[in-house]
Amino acid sequence: MILFRIALQTFGLALGQIWSNKVRSLLTTLGVIIGVASVVAVIAALQGLKTTVLDEFEKLGANRVYIDGQLPRSMWATGSWRDVQLKLHEIETIRERCPSITSITPELWRSYPTEYGDRKLDSVPTVGIWPTWHDIVGRQIIQGRPFIPIDESDRRFVCIINDKAIEELDLPREPVGEYLRIAGKRFLIVGVVETVTLNLFGGGDSSAEVFVPFGTAQVLAPRAWISHAWGSLSSPEHVDDAKAEIAFVLRKMRELTAEDEDTFQIEVIQQFIDQFNAMAKGITAGASGIVGISLLVGGIGIMNIMLVSVSERTREIGLRKAIGARPGVILVQFLVESVTLCLAGGAIGLAAGQGLISLIRSIPESPLKDASVPAWAVILAVGFSASTGVIFGMFPAIKAARLDPIEALRHD
Amino acid sequence: MTIHIRQLTKTYKLGVERVHALAGVDLDITQNEFVAIMGASGSGKSTLMHILGCLDRPTTGSYDLNNKPMHKMGSAGLARVRNEEIGFIFQSFELLNRASALKNVMLPMIYSRKHWLTARSRAKRALERVNLADRIGHKPNQLSGGQRQRVAIARALVNEPSILLADEPTGNLDSTTTNEIIDLFKQLHDEGQTIVIVTHEEEVASHAQRIVRLRDGIVESDHPTAEDPIHRRWLAGAAAAAQEAADNTEPRPSQGHDTPATGASA
Repeated sequence: MILFRIALQTFGLALGQIWSNKVRSLLTTLGVIIGVASVVAVIAALQGLKTTVLDEFEKLGANRVYIDGQLPRSMWATGSWRDVQLKLHEIETIRERCPSITSITPELWRSYPTEYGDRKLDSVPTVGIWPTWHDIVGRQIIQGRPFIPIDESDRRFVCIINDKAIEELDLPREPVGEYLRIAGKRFLIVGVVETVTLNLFGGGDSSAEVFVPFGTAQVLAPRAWISHAWGSLSSPEHVDDAKAEIAFVLRKMRELTAEDEDTFQIEVIQQFIDQFNAMAKGITAGASGIVGISLLVGGIGIMNIMLVSVSERTREIGLRKAIGARPGVILVQFLVESVTLCLAGGAIGLAAGQGLISLIRSIPESPLKDASVPAWAVILAVGFSASTGVIFGMFPAIKAARLDPIEALRHD
Repeated sequence: MTIHIRQLTKTYKLGVERVHALAGVDLDITQNEFVAIMGASGSGKSTLMHILGCLDRPTTGSYDLNNKPMHKMGSAGLARVRNEEIGFIFQSFELLNRASALKNVMLPMIYSRKHWLTARSRAKRALERVNLADRIGHKPNQLSGGQRQRVAIARALVNEPSILLADEPTGNLDSTTTNEIIDLFKQLHDEGQTIVIVTHEEEVASHAQRIVRLRDGIVESDHPTAEDPIHRRWLAGAAAAAQEAADNTEPRPSQGHDTPATGASA
């Protein structure tokens, strides 16, 4: 009770002291300020990154499975990437043999010079797809029509462009029926598909895209590899079944024995999320190391100033003891002072971290535009700075509490 | 009996040597006495003062304050006694420079279990008792030496201690201010306060009722002021000097030590 009252009174006094010694207090708490500012900024940045990344996964859809060839590490010396790429007949087999996969499409990525009238772009990503792509990827057709099976089977020279391409190629606002020249061939525009910005996977800012039937893409580049395939699941619960079925089919087709590792990878969105979370954990661990060091340095600064304060105020401590302050009371008084100092530093650090985050957020197109300081980070920062005050204020406070009042009053 | 001391000893170790600061002191002080403790440096008067003030514990012997045995108390118990029963006055005042007079006087009540709710009004009353009601908001550096010591006295009084313990209270003051402070002590004594002053100035001691002289850690003499032989000799010398001064220069108002110096001013 008496300790609590004294703690409260000392808190007020300590705040006054900090205010009257602004520069000294600021320098003393610099370590704590930097520590708290960095922990807050890192947490907020990670939160922002997470929001962005989860948004992107959302756009990709949870019902989807991603398949591509992957050279296992043990084969890096002997194998070639070329050997493990997905083949068209593998994708067709998966379509026929895997009941958990409702539909599948290959994606064949290439860049070609693309012209419309006088307007020429040197390199536009051109993706060869099956008509099933529309159902799997779920991107809206804004104008015209999606691909239909006859486009694929006849290897027609038709294309679907995204709305970004309309701007970049100076196409009329309703471009369906116009002709593009892709890799020197005339393509009829049959539809316009919405642009989906995938900051993390689409190579930064979205730009013009052209989609052509897969067969047509193979005509343009007969020896090109299939980049990867997308399949859609009958339901998200069938993830494990689907993976097992695909793995079975591919292992059998690639004649892998029980000892061989997979020469392909099958990813579902959940795995990307898990991977991201693992990465976030790594960043957090690294950041906490830095934060720990700066709080340690900050704490030593606090301890130093508190030791100075104890020796400057030796006579005052002697007096306080002479008029009846118990050692515990002196201990609490100095602990509260160092905790107050640290909390003040923590508050400034919080504000600085918040400022840093606002700065980052204001960068246009930043993947951290959703960064914000969550409430638990504020509590964490306050807790960190308070415990720094307790831990590093303890030694000076014990020193003060143990002073002999007679000696202390003789001190000059 | 306010203070009851029997066969009190205090031994310090200085390296391998043992120093007997007090070597068997007997002392009784009753309520509302005004006692001066005198002695040369090294006589043990500071040690006795620290033990009286419960800042230190005796090596052997007994010290009862208000019939409670102080020599058996733990440090927390002694802290409480210092807070409630003893009012300290120091040579160099020991005021907190950053706090106002009122806050300085309120300081002991921070550590008190009883009075903290009424701290402000009690502190105001204590400042009124030392005639500083108009200096409540002043900080120590805005006050004169005498005013500072009066703030310190108010602080010592604020918990209504059973003894007021002053260690060379006028050591840092000029003669005018010394008289001012001594008058205040006398006023407090008249109001019923028990006062113990440690001093080496005969002039200060002359206002006490009783002089206890220490030498080499024992009580050398213990007489009422008027019967103390050393003090009488000093009085005679002072009177002769005053006479001489009066003969040599113009007559001036008496500052004599045989008459009470109430309201004296030079």
